[in-house]
Amino acid sequence: MTSLLLKRLIHGVIVLWAVATLTFILLRLAPGGPFDSERKLPPEIIANLEAKYHLNEPVLEQYIRYLAGLARGDLGPSYKYLDRGVTEIIADTLPTSALLGILAVLFAVSVSFSLGLFAAYYRESVIDRLSLFVSTLGISLPNFILGALLIWTVALQLGWLQAGRWDDWSSVILPMVTLGAAPAAYLSALLRSSLIESLNEDFVRTARAKGAREQAVIAKHALRNSLIPILTVMGPLIAALLTGSFVVEYVFAIPGMGRFFITAVTDRDYPLIMGVTLVYTTILVGANLAVDLLYGWVDPRIRAE
Amino acid sequence: MTLEVSSVSTLGNRLLPISALFLLIVISAAVIGPWLSSYTVSGLEAARLLEPPSATHWMGTDGLGRDLLIRVLYGARVSLTVGLGTAAIALIIGTTYGLIAGFKGGNWDHAMMRIVDLFYGLPDMLIFILLSLVFGRNIGGLLIALGLVSWVRFARIARGQVLQAKEFLFVESAYALGASRRRILSRHVLPNIVGPILVTLTFSIPSAMLAESTLSFIGIGINDPYSAWGTSWGTLVQDGYRAMRSYPHVIAFPAAAIFFTILSLNILGNRLRDIFDPRQR
Repeated sequence: MTSLLLKRLIHGVIVLWAVATLTFILLRLAPGGPFDSERKLPPEIIANLEAKYHLNEPVLEQYIRYLAGLARGDLGPSYKYLDRGVTEIIADTLPTSALLGILAVLFAVSVSFSLGLFAAYYRESVIDRLSLFVSTLGISLPNFILGALLIWTVALQLGWLQAGRWDDWSSVILPMVTLGAAPAAYLSALLRSSLIESLNEDFVRTARAKGAREQAVIAKHALRNSLIPILTVMGPLIAALLTGSFVVEYVFAIPGMGRFFITAVTDRDYPLIMGVTLVYTTILVGANLAVDLLYGWVDPRIRAE
Repeated sequence: MTLEVSSVSTLGNRLLPISALFLLIVISAAVIGPWLSSYTVSGLEAARLLEPPSATHWMGTDGLGRDLLIRVLYGARVSLTVGLGTAAIALIIGTTYGLIAGFKGGNWDHAMMRIVDLFYGLPDMLIFILLSLVFGRNIGGLLIALGLVSWVRFARIARGQVLQAKEFLFVESAYALGASRRRILSRHVLPNIVGPILVTLTFSIPSAMLAESTLSFIGIGINDPYSAWGTSWGTLVQDGYRAMRSYPHVIAFPAAAIFFTILSLNILGNRLRDIFDPRQR
């Protein structure tokens, strides 16, 4: 187990390095620089700015400087926000995005488990078919449209909640639903088909033969054996949530990391773009590691390997 | 990564003809619609700002007094070009790559698939945004960036099918009988991968459309408000979003266009998967 963990950690570091290198190269290839503004700056000022950010050095030297900074946890200066470094900006905004992300995961998991269990219990009935169709609707509705729709109905027409604020618990609801809806739709359909597959297994027949009620068969015997496919998609799903969050943060004007990322792309604030990319990658690597560990917990056969 | 729902939803199947019809209408409207309209994509009418739908402007006008219908029609051209173009690029790159990896096997396969894994593990939108910085925010750059994101799915499927096909007894016997690689590839492997590839193709069209409209919505996608190629559905939703409180029609039409097109393609994809891959049922 420890050796597996170590192997995974080394693998994660390699992935991070590969992403850092690729992003570095990509952003050097991108046309247009951070200091191209509408107002043309005099060449002396541009030279000074480039000297300040070491942009006049050979690219290889810049790359080594960046990696050395990374090793110290320093993501470099932001080109746009002169008073704060990238590390500071991320430290300020990550908690907001993390809160939104965790709430959306909780929302998606609770909705999908209820829906999935419900659909599996009433399988092949009208309820089941309806829930499947709702799932297809859910994955076809882009989150920016869902967000706008929720703001229009719940906030503007009904006046139940306010949109565009981020100060109390009620301002979290609409963004959470917007971000969690597609994963909820996807997970519930996956859980349903996985549950129905488990219900054909021998141990389910045994449980039924011993007189277990249908609810108990589904919730206790089938559910645990249906968790593996769910776990497998958790990694990609968290990736989808991460990038979904910058759309949702944009729609609801939430001061999170995603919104800063979008502004950074518009401003060509390369260090900030790289910083956020690396944070996303770290979260993904961490999530995949957690999923690997959970596999062993859910299925003892995997632990033995 | 895409989120796909496998379903044998009879409701979905019942909606299949409607979906197909809807897609047909969208495609023909995108192709011939702009010719039939008397308005132009950037023709301003200062006296008719934000008008609700009427007999002269079927979808109303936007904040600059432009006819919304013609803009939605041009948006359909952009969305369909992006969806189909990306799918075609990804199909060619991904399938070739996957076939080579699967056929070469061994270290070649291993090294080639590590690259695929790296692409696959990262969020599509993230790679896409980084690539679009390099290739520019125009339709050509967008197609390249999206194609480079979507090819990995094809690569995985093509490789998997080749590896599977190598195990088939009839392929082994073809080898034993001295069939050339080319013959085995074209006669035995390709027919087997057509189904799964077609399913992947169908799903990659809506996901490319979704990615493009999302980027355009947040203002970092196609970005030229005055050219016809800049009028993406995502940009139109963004325009409407700002006027949503008082003029919901400006957002309603392009948003409905995106949603129903993606939904129809997903229903179509689900049906194709049910046909080609009965195990998924």
